[in-house]
Amino acid sequence: MRKALAVGRKEFRQIVRDRRTLMILLFVPAFFLMLYGYALNWDIRHVRLAVLDREHSTESRKLVSAFANSAYFDIVATPASMREIERLMDRGEARVALVVPEGMTRDLQSGRTASVQVIINGDNANTATAIFGYAQAVAQGVSASLQLELAGGRAMAPPIAVQPRIWYNPELQSTLFLVPGLIAFIVMISSVVSTSLSIVREKERGTWEQVRMSPITTPAYVVGKTIPYFFISLVSAFLIIAASMVLFDLPVRGSWLLLLLAVSVFLVGALGTGLLVSTLVDSQALAFLIGLLISLLPTFVLSGFIFPIASMPAPIRIVTYAVPARYFLVALRGIVLKGVGFGTLAPQFAALGSYAFVVLALASVRLAKERG
Amino acid sequence: MPAVTVRDLTRRFGAFLAVDHVSFDVEDGEIFGFLGSNGAGKSTTIRMLCGLLKPSSGSATVGGVDVGRDPEGVKRRIGYMSQRFSLYELLTVEENITFFGGLYGLDDERIAARREFVLEMAGLKGRERTLTRDLAGGWRQRLALGCAILHEPSILFLDEPTGGVDPVSRRHFWQLIDRLSAKGVTVFVTTHYLDEAEHCHRLALMHAGRIAALGSVAELKGIFRDRAVVEVRTSSPMAALRALDDLPEVEKTSPFGTALHVWLKPGVRDTAALERRLDQLGLGGGSFEFVQPSLEDVFMDVVARESRAAV
Repeated sequence: MRKALAVGRKEFRQIVRDRRTLMILLFVPAFFLMLYGYALNWDIRHVRLAVLDREHSTESRKLVSAFANSAYFDIVATPASMREIERLMDRGEARVALVVPEGMTRDLQSGRTASVQVIINGDNANTATAIFGYAQAVAQGVSASLQLELAGGRAMAPPIAVQPRIWYNPELQSTLFLVPGLIAFIVMISSVVSTSLSIVREKERGTWEQVRMSPITTPAYVVGKTIPYFFISLVSAFLIIAASMVLFDLPVRGSWLLLLLAVSVFLVGALGTGLLVSTLVDSQALAFLIGLLISLLPTFVLSGFIFPIASMPAPIRIVTYAVPARYFLVALRGIVLKGVGFGTLAPQFAALGSYAFVVLALASVRLAKERG
Repeated sequence: MPAVTVRDLTRRFGAFLAVDHVSFDVEDGEIFGFLGSNGAGKSTTIRMLCGLLKPSSGSATVGGVDVGRDPEGVKRRIGYMSQRFSLYELLTVEENITFFGGLYGLDDERIAARREFVLEMAGLKGRERTLTRDLAGGWRQRLALGCAILHEPSILFLDEPTGGVDPVSRRHFWQLIDRLSAKGVTVFVTTHYLDEAEHCHRLALMHAGRIAALGSVAELKGIFRDRAVVEVRTSSPMAALRALDDLPEVEKTSPFGTALHVWLKPGVRDTAALERRLDQLGLGGGSFEFVQPSLEDVFMDVVARESRAAV
């Protein structure tokens, strides 16, 4: 234990003295958070809209102003012809165009459905789908109120009305969904990379050989080596969580203690992964590459961060069971967004704990073998 | 009981025989030099003796402990310093000492006492708070030595300990080694600097995984008892080398710095034949001088004989 402490103290001093590494460990994660947090945003606002109103009636103006008043669309042009619309769309000055044909009011008054045309730039399918949804929502709102007016004040409520209530994220902000994923992503990368570099650096400098010559046991060494990174990564993780609360209004609805526990267990697994990497390679460049690869890709793609696991093909779904971020994400979203307790998350904690145990055991075995 | 005993020690890496049935003893308080070119098996041997590598067969004891059976016990008894002076560059002098003390499980009191000793020995008093990366090579080397003997081991392994250090520091370093040896510490040192080998009480020359020669410096030089070595200086050494190699009086030739070393056959006692030959070829006017064979000559000779034997 005394020896483990000596290792931990030494490692901590080294990190603190190596300003660059310390800055990378503490602040780059927060920087990443801002970068990704603002860039990764599926909510589409201020879509540039061109409006061609051939009707110029009360009803058509009502429709146009409904578009203008929604936060989703900004009217950037009022072209006079289809040809002009084509030009605006081609140049990207407008992403969507609304065309109200002549005869809209006539159709409405004679009880027929009036058609309006919405032209959407489909080069980005995701954006196009979202825009389509917004346009439909706006049009539906207007048509409901028109229906009331046309009925001459006789309230004719629609037979079935869906009253949606979205829980946990009432405004459906995609950032609230993404930020927990980002936290997992950033914590995983920075802790895996930093620990894997720390041992490989010793191998490159030759101090590793000196340590191997001393009578310290492998577990004591691993514990000593991991402790400082654990605390520094923990501070870093909570810095990101704090930053998310300030920048993205991330709520923390559950218990902070449970959050601390979840982050800790996840961190131990991540640090263990880094140690394992460092036992497999001999150069810092390779350690960095492998550390990045095994933390970045699975956490990004296979954890449910962006792509829902349920929609993956079965073989890939099986692979996701080995990705610790998968469990951490469920736990994190559960704690911060839903405020659930330990009881609900027990399976996630069990999985994270097992992962940490397995990688640490593997790393110890590999290190012991290498020490000879 | 000798500090180190080695019996038929062998290590294979796949089909490659890195150390081939090596046997020798190192006496208590002796400075024992291990000489050989890269790949001769020096490092593999030292790693087995330090408990880092398991022998494939044979046995070795260090401080009475069997290296194959109790490598951790060996590690507690020895000090080890490598050619890279493995210190933590971002730690201060003092912090490095404290860390290595902790690694060997010394308590605070003992670390404090040993710190004074090491600072004194390495001449680092007053520089306790200097970052190690800011120290020059010689200081670093002495600090590394100090860290290797914090726990007062009775046996010290030095693996090419003076690489990249200026000559003055090297001499200083060897004075420290002599002092340790005088206090009864056994020193096992590998080197490929032949001038350093002269500091050793006994030497083992290693070649192709075997010990090719073993003895004191004087004994090893005795290999040349019956053969004289002539140092020849001429304006075109390479041409002279080829010309002299063919003479019946000459056993062999080799370049030695800017000069040549010419081994005469046993019984040949003068340089007349050599002078004649060079005159014939218009390469005359050089100097001829009998020299004491150096360890380098011994080494080259032993290696050449071993290589011939292998063929």
